[in-house]
Amino acid sequence: MLLEVRDLHVEFHTREGIAKAVNGVDYSVDAGETLAVLGESGSGKSVTAQAVMGILDVPPGKITQGEILFQGQDLLKLKEEDRRKVRGAKMAMIFQDALSSLNPVLSVGDQLGEMFQVHKGMSRKDSKAKAVELMDRVRIPAAKERVGQYPHQFSGGMRQRIMIAMALALEPELIIADEPTTALDVTVQAQVMDLLAELQRELHMGLILITHDLGVVADVADKIAVMYAGRIVERAPVHEIYKAPAHPYTKGLLESIPRLDQKGQELYAIKGLPPNLLNIPPGCAFNPRCPLARDRCRTDVPPLYEVTESPVPRTSACHFWKECLHG
Amino acid sequence: MAEAILEVRDLHKHYPLTQGIVFKKQVGAVRAVDGVDFDLAAGETLGIVGESGCGKSTVAKMLVNLERPTSGAIRYKGEDISRLSPRALKAVRRNIQMVFQDPYTSLNPRMTVGDIIGEPYEIHPEVAPKGSRRQKVQDLLDVVGLNPEYINRYPHQFSGGQRQRIGIARGLALQPEIIVADEPVSALDVSVQAQVVNLLDNLQTEFSLSYVFIAHDLSIVRHISDRVGVMYLGRIVEIGTDAQIYDHPTHPYTQALLSAVPVPDPEARAHRERIILTGDVPSPANIPSGCRFRTRCWKAQERCTLEVPLLAVPAVFRLTDSPAKHDSACHFAEEKQVVPPEPGADGSDGPDGAGGSGIP
Amino acid sequence: MPEQPQPFDDGRAINHTGAGGGTDLAMDEGESLEKTPGGPEGTGPDRKPRSLWSDAWHDLRRNPIFIISGLIIVFLVIISIWPQLIASGNPLDCDLSKAQEGSQPGHPFGFNGQGCDVYTRTVYGARASVQVGLFATLGVTLLGSVLGGLAGFYGGAWDGFLSRITDVFFAIPVILGGLVLLSVVSNNSVWPVIGFMVLLGWPQLSRIARGSVITVKQNDYVQAARALGASNSRMMLRHITPNALAPVIVVATIALGTYISLEATLSFLGVGLKPPTVSWGIDISSAAAYVRNAPHMLLWPSGALAITVLAFIMLGDAVRDALDPKLR
Repeated sequence: MLLEVRDLHVEFHTREGIAKAVNGVDYSVDAGETLAVLGESGSGKSVTAQAVMGILDVPPGKITQGEILFQGQDLLKLKEEDRRKVRGAKMAMIFQDALSSLNPVLSVGDQLGEMFQVHKGMSRKDSKAKAVELMDRVRIPAAKERVGQYPHQFSGGMRQRIMIAMALALEPELIIADEPTTALDVTVQAQVMDLLAELQRELHMGLILITHDLGVVADVADKIAVMYAGRIVERAPVHEIYKAPAHPYTKGLLESIPRLDQKGQELYAIKGLPPNLLNIPPGCAFNPRCPLARDRCRTDVPPLYEVTESPVPRTSACHFWKECLHG
Repeated sequence: MAEAILEVRDLHKHYPLTQGIVFKKQVGAVRAVDGVDFDLAAGETLGIVGESGCGKSTVAKMLVNLERPTSGAIRYKGEDISRLSPRALKAVRRNIQMVFQDPYTSLNPRMTVGDIIGEPYEIHPEVAPKGSRRQKVQDLLDVVGLNPEYINRYPHQFSGGQRQRIGIARGLALQPEIIVADEPVSALDVSVQAQVVNLLDNLQTEFSLSYVFIAHDLSIVRHISDRVGVMYLGRIVEIGTDAQIYDHPTHPYTQALLSAVPVPDPEARAHRERIILTGDVPSPANIPSGCRFRTRCWKAQERCTLEVPLLAVPAVFRLTDSPAKHDSACHFAEEKQVVPPEPGADGSDGPDGAGGSGIP
Repeated sequence: MPEQPQPFDDGRAINHTGAGGGTDLAMDEGESLEKTPGGPEGTGPDRKPRSLWSDAWHDLRRNPIFIISGLIIVFLVIISIWPQLIASGNPLDCDLSKAQEGSQPGHPFGFNGQGCDVYTRTVYGARASVQVGLFATLGVTLLGSVLGGLAGFYGGAWDGFLSRITDVFFAIPVILGGLVLLSVVSNNSVWPVIGFMVLLGWPQLSRIARGSVITVKQNDYVQAARALGASNSRMMLRHITPNALAPVIVVATIALGTYISLEATLSFLGVGLKPPTVSWGIDISSAAAYVRNAPHMLLWPSGALAITVLAFIMLGDAVRDALDPKLR
């Protein structure tokens, strides 16, 4: 296994109290595999990724429990200096907002080349040649001419390609993409997602795709982990989850999105709001919004029940997953 | 179609680009909206979709008179409202209200919910006498699904979805006939989006409202709209009923847009044909000659460089009865089904039937 | 219902990790959308509403810096109105035979070069400083924020004109301007000094006010009011002013301290206040010559000045922290 996250807990200390952002997350991703982490704002999907990357702001954030095994080694036990060597070289991250992730006063060529100068000790000239090569690779037209331009001279889609180029620079084994196409228009989103999927295949990388978009997930993911209030509520191979969700939250999400190919009647709406992380409901965090909820849900935190074992294990954190799956 | 309550004719909005500080010299113009026509019938929802920078939000602002058109007309019940005196404008404004995109910046953080929803009555005191206002505000809160007792709270005490409901209540206060909604759900979480879309749907029936619904999310637009207009670089390139646009698009841009939308169905992955456009949208300060989509179009020929295609029923479909017979601004309009047919429904007029016949 | 996370100036979810992409820790309230009055914990919905101002006050009351500086300022204001409360003597009552004498019973701070009681003079000196500080700030803030606010709201030619004017004023060196302008005025009161400070100070405030108004003007709620048909005055008074005020208040509070020290500087240079007006600046000036043999003459008025300026600047800092939670 390339990356395994085990029982991760993250807290944030805020003025109002302790926000429990991540409450025991387990997931794994293998080389060449795409794991989609799906969730709404506040679900803890980005915080988990930041913990894996080691870019969590500490304080106010704090990892209180858990292991992050990268190629069998627990990253949380590494010294900061060793951790830094892993970051960038072995795992890289792509952010939603490419404009604010790029330095506005440095040319894109300098920023791409910097990776090679810092990590590989290349000369300025060699690193620039490498930058052009990378820009070609992410299909930025006229890379040679544009290598000296600044981030604001590129369109949103092109900037996101530069971010991808930067992430790929040192040929990492794992890429974490946090809402990489949310800020982009659909036609550009399609270009960027295609590029990302293709490069992943080519380089046999593991990809963790963090998103709230069920459409994007269906297009590229192999397996999916649905998060709610800092926990994974359902884990499954992508084909099965869309056919028959085994958690009422997943089911609600799937039914609540309008479809391009259908003109439905009233949309199904999950009632209520996502919980306040300062005060997560006892028992199953989803119980106040759940149509299947009963007394047990208000007291017992549901474990991850095994739904099927076949080839990829499938789990659901619902006491009544059978009802959800078949009803 | 019922009588048009709003007619938009040849609407333009150009922002001048100037140089110099003291002596300003116009060196060009950003043609944000560059010739838009549409009608809105009473009780209908017209969806306007397009990517960022296509001018859809500018159209919305002109409809509610937040921006003055450079040229063109916006006629509400026959009267051009884009050139009214301030007093006449104030009266018209009662009938056309707006719901904004960002629920975080559209509510004044220093006012209570009661003051925010009650403000329309202070500006238009004739709508509600002073004593009745508090009750009216509470009724509105109730209508949009919020607790009427929240009247003394401040916006920051609410979540995004609740704030959007407050914005909707403010829009409803003057009992308008038309609501212009600019991306009203795009800032919300998926599970909350459905709540707000349903609310808008229900309010339309309850108060017989007409909507202009502007969004970039094609799925939501289809769900809520009766008719849909697709905008590209300041113009509507195709307009028709939702079935015409989604199931029988004839403009290559619409087809590319629809094919690029990720479908939440992994089974569709294998047999979906996707049109991936190359390049980026040109700058509205420098619009290509002829057809403005030609720089990204796979069908572009010389004629597209020279001749601006008009938004009309393409000649090839004019005599047919197919659903492809709707306005489309393309010289080489041709039907192509890009959204897989509804599971269950049998594609009665599939892509092959009409697709081949149309090529000139 | 659960404790609501507040206040976030614009109600946005707080972003715990500034750098590196949006984290998704939205702090939405846990209330249900259903119309049940109150939530699981049964607090009624009509719990005292908290505006941003009351939130700021709530924060300030817990800030020790605010309490300390506030107490100092209240004390200063009281003694500047009623100096007799703590000083029984007359500051102009001097006895040359006691010149430069040190501390003695009844005269804890000793005597100055003219044999006046330093303690009494230091107490009475507060009045000039507080007067100059308060009125200069008031004048600067009113003039600056009205001119700057209108420029920000209307934009266009008026804005361009005003910006050029402020540029011109920024180019005038304050001390040099004071030496030139104030030396031609012979009026022996605090008003010429205050007038001079307003004249040179308003551009700073107008810039802040203009920027603040422009930022607020772009918010959708101003657009929403316009779409409702609200008049310009309504938009300005109801929507823009309350939201644009915070930065102006912050800058004005901090500027207050600097006006007090500017008054002392000008008086020191002999162009500010002039005897028989009692002012720390004048006393510092006259004591400077004797700093070797009678340092106490310099120590007390300059100490009082330093504490006063510091108190106002600390107050400004505390107010800024309270009004702008994003800076925390």
